[in-house]
Amino acid sequence: MNKSASRSPSQETLNVQLHTSPYLRPSASVEVIMRNVVYALLPICMFSVYQFGISVLALVIVCVGACLLTEHFVCLCSSKPSTTNDWSVVITGLLLALTLPPGFPLWMAAVASIVGVAVGKLFFGGLGYNVMNPALVGRAFAQAAFTVPMTTWVPYLSENRFTEFIPSSLTLPFLRPIPTADWVAENAIDGFAGATPLALMKFEQVPTDSIQMLLGTTAGSSGETSALLILLCGAYLVMRRMMNWRITASVLLTAAATSGAFYLLNPEIYPDPLFTLCSGGLMLGAVFMATDMVASPVTPWGIWIYGAFIGFVTVIIRLFGGLPEGVMYAILLANAASPLISAATQPKIYGAVKRKGGQ
Amino acid sequence: MFTKLQRTLDWRHWFLGTFPHGIHPAENKHFTAGLPIQRLPFSKRLVLPLSQHAGKPSKPIVHPGQEVVRGEPIALADGFMSVPLHAPATGVIREIELMPTAKGPRTLSIILEVYPGDSQEVRYFKSRNVDEMSQQEIVKAVQETGLVGLGGAAFPTHVKLTPPKDHKVHTVLINGCECEPFLTTDHRVMLEQAEDLVAGTRIFMKALNAERAIIGTENNKLDAVEAIRAKLPKDGSITVQAVKTKYPQGAEKMLAKALMNLEIPSGGYPSSVGLAVFNVSSTAQVGALLPVNGGVIERVVTVTGPGIEKQGNYNVPIGTPIRFILDQLGFRGSAQHIILGGPMMGSCISSLDVPITKGCGGVLVLTERDVQSEASRTSHPCISCGACVEACPMHLNPCQLGRLAYKSQYDEMQSSFHLNDCFECGSCSYVCPSSIPLVQYFRIAKSANREKAKKS
Repeated sequence: MNKSASRSPSQETLNVQLHTSPYLRPSASVEVIMRNVVYALLPICMFSVYQFGISVLALVIVCVGACLLTEHFVCLCSSKPSTTNDWSVVITGLLLALTLPPGFPLWMAAVASIVGVAVGKLFFGGLGYNVMNPALVGRAFAQAAFTVPMTTWVPYLSENRFTEFIPSSLTLPFLRPIPTADWVAENAIDGFAGATPLALMKFEQVPTDSIQMLLGTTAGSSGETSALLILLCGAYLVMRRMMNWRITASVLLTAAATSGAFYLLNPEIYPDPLFTLCSGGLMLGAVFMATDMVASPVTPWGIWIYGAFIGFVTVIIRLFGGLPEGVMYAILLANAASPLISAATQPKIYGAVKRKGGQ
Repeated sequence: MFTKLQRTLDWRHWFLGTFPHGIHPAENKHFTAGLPIQRLPFSKRLVLPLSQHAGKPSKPIVHPGQEVVRGEPIALADGFMSVPLHAPATGVIREIELMPTAKGPRTLSIILEVYPGDSQEVRYFKSRNVDEMSQQEIVKAVQETGLVGLGGAAFPTHVKLTPPKDHKVHTVLINGCECEPFLTTDHRVMLEQAEDLVAGTRIFMKALNAERAIIGTENNKLDAVEAIRAKLPKDGSITVQAVKTKYPQGAEKMLAKALMNLEIPSGGYPSSVGLAVFNVSSTAQVGALLPVNGGVIERVVTVTGPGIEKQGNYNVPIGTPIRFILDQLGFRGSAQHIILGGPMMGSCISSLDVPITKGCGGVLVLTERDVQSEASRTSHPCISCGACVEACPMHLNPCQLGRLAYKSQYDEMQSSFHLNDCFECGSCSYVCPSSIPLVQYFRIAKSANREKAKKS
């Protein structure tokens, strides 16, 4: 600094701003956190594209695009500034795409995105006010409205996945999906059964090797196949302190404990805990969806209870429900319960004194 | 940065005492931590507010035109919850009038015109033997020094020395944590005035009839631990302990938790659990002033921040206007915030005529660049991330409190969510990714509740 820069304050009027303390702020803002979640989801998307081909790429683009447009349009309609620049809606799009089957018709994906963002998020008031995870609302809608394509699976690593679309992806809007049975028969390697490890286990009692599920060489929704990759991406967010690891830990521990208890009761019918953890959407749900900040409780004990609820309900639905997978409903239920959980688990304050009598 | 990394890696630091929750703002103490305390010349005019402490304002005993000597009392305590005021320099009383203060409203202040070129030696004193004084005499003598908590709260020290009858104080805690970023006042005092600090601690122990004393400091000031340890008495009644560096470790409740694992009950005093907590600078002043029957006429102030050219720790006479300090130390004109105290709990001033008072340990000048990054942030709705809940040292639920404050439900904030236990450390506002002004909301809510209580 040169000398002339220093002036005598008594000779001039000062242009000072008056604020109240604190005057310091760290750099992590909502935008930064959300952007980093998007970074963490990108490797999973890339792996999915590698595994299932350009159909998934199109699925991701359609979902993210539809979510962005929906948010922008609803904001326009309600004459508010667009909130798309906080990145949260991109996460919704990515997560929704990752939970859909790879050959899901693109027009249905777009409808699910619109419903998820509009009904699941914006009708409640946008970011911060949504009761449930918008991506899961979209998926739940798809599950109810388009049952058949939601349970149609395609083989992984098929040969010409980068050159041609899965036929059902390109279904024209408002038409029934093109059947994929012939295409699957043509492209299947080593006897693909047309089912996910969970469905195989539930309906045919055929277990799948856990190593395969860890690495992701199984059929399934686009982004749920590799448990290991999801954990690594989650670890990045935990290291950046942008995700609450307690929720993930609580979900996974409870799921393992619950299924472990059943496995000990009867190893013949019930899957072992490792299978439970690695199969289906549990890992993706525990790492990226249960940890949705808006829809999870804030209190220290509430967080553990919320996670335990998700883990327990998931296993119960998987073992005793009609569906092979229960993560989505478990998380939606827990989301709905989270204000209650928060209210019931207010933290014990420092130096709390027991109140005498009433009041 | 390197020392912070060292602290994280060194296993000896892993088991130091601390409190749950809290935050780790950038310390920014390296600017001034290594600079010895220096003196500034006298300002031509000193402004001495009669109310520099919590409690009733002092009663002036001087009139305009009267000559006073450095160290002479110029205002007396008005009752027990009050302290006297001493002339920080030799000169003549000009006026007693309303002047701006850091708190906001103008308060009655004594204006002292200083004789130029007068020596900084204190001539107004009377030696006495502190060891022969009784407990009551010590309490009275401490009140006569005009001493208040120099850490920032400015609570009269002698009041803390007289706990309620049914409370027995067994341990005196001396608070040298100084958890506010940028400030290094207490750090330098511990390094340079360790002898006075230990003497003051002994006086406090005697006044309270306490068995032991612990001097607590954060582990980013280990050189101060060494300096004090060299001066400790052999009998082991006084110890010095490092605790983990974390904001707001300097709050007395957090210090009690970290050093003694005791929780001061909500609405209670430290003496409820047998403790008394004093700031190191106050303690060192007692150690220095009591033997000579002096008064508090100056204090160490850290003048720092990117807007100051000659940053450092200065022994500043009470009443020196900020304008004079900035003139002396080179001030970069682009300053946007001038903060008295630290960046987490200090207050912005709107006038350069505001003087240094007893409770003010730092002058922090932030430039346009520091402020712009703050102003460019937009506020979002709460995303329930729970960062504030994990930061709150009092284990409150700032997230819920913030929502209620937004709806102006101030009553419910107090009745169901312990609003009054908030001591406004600002950790919640600091961590909030949505930039919600949480602690600011709570201040408004608290004052609204106080107004309401007054009316009914």
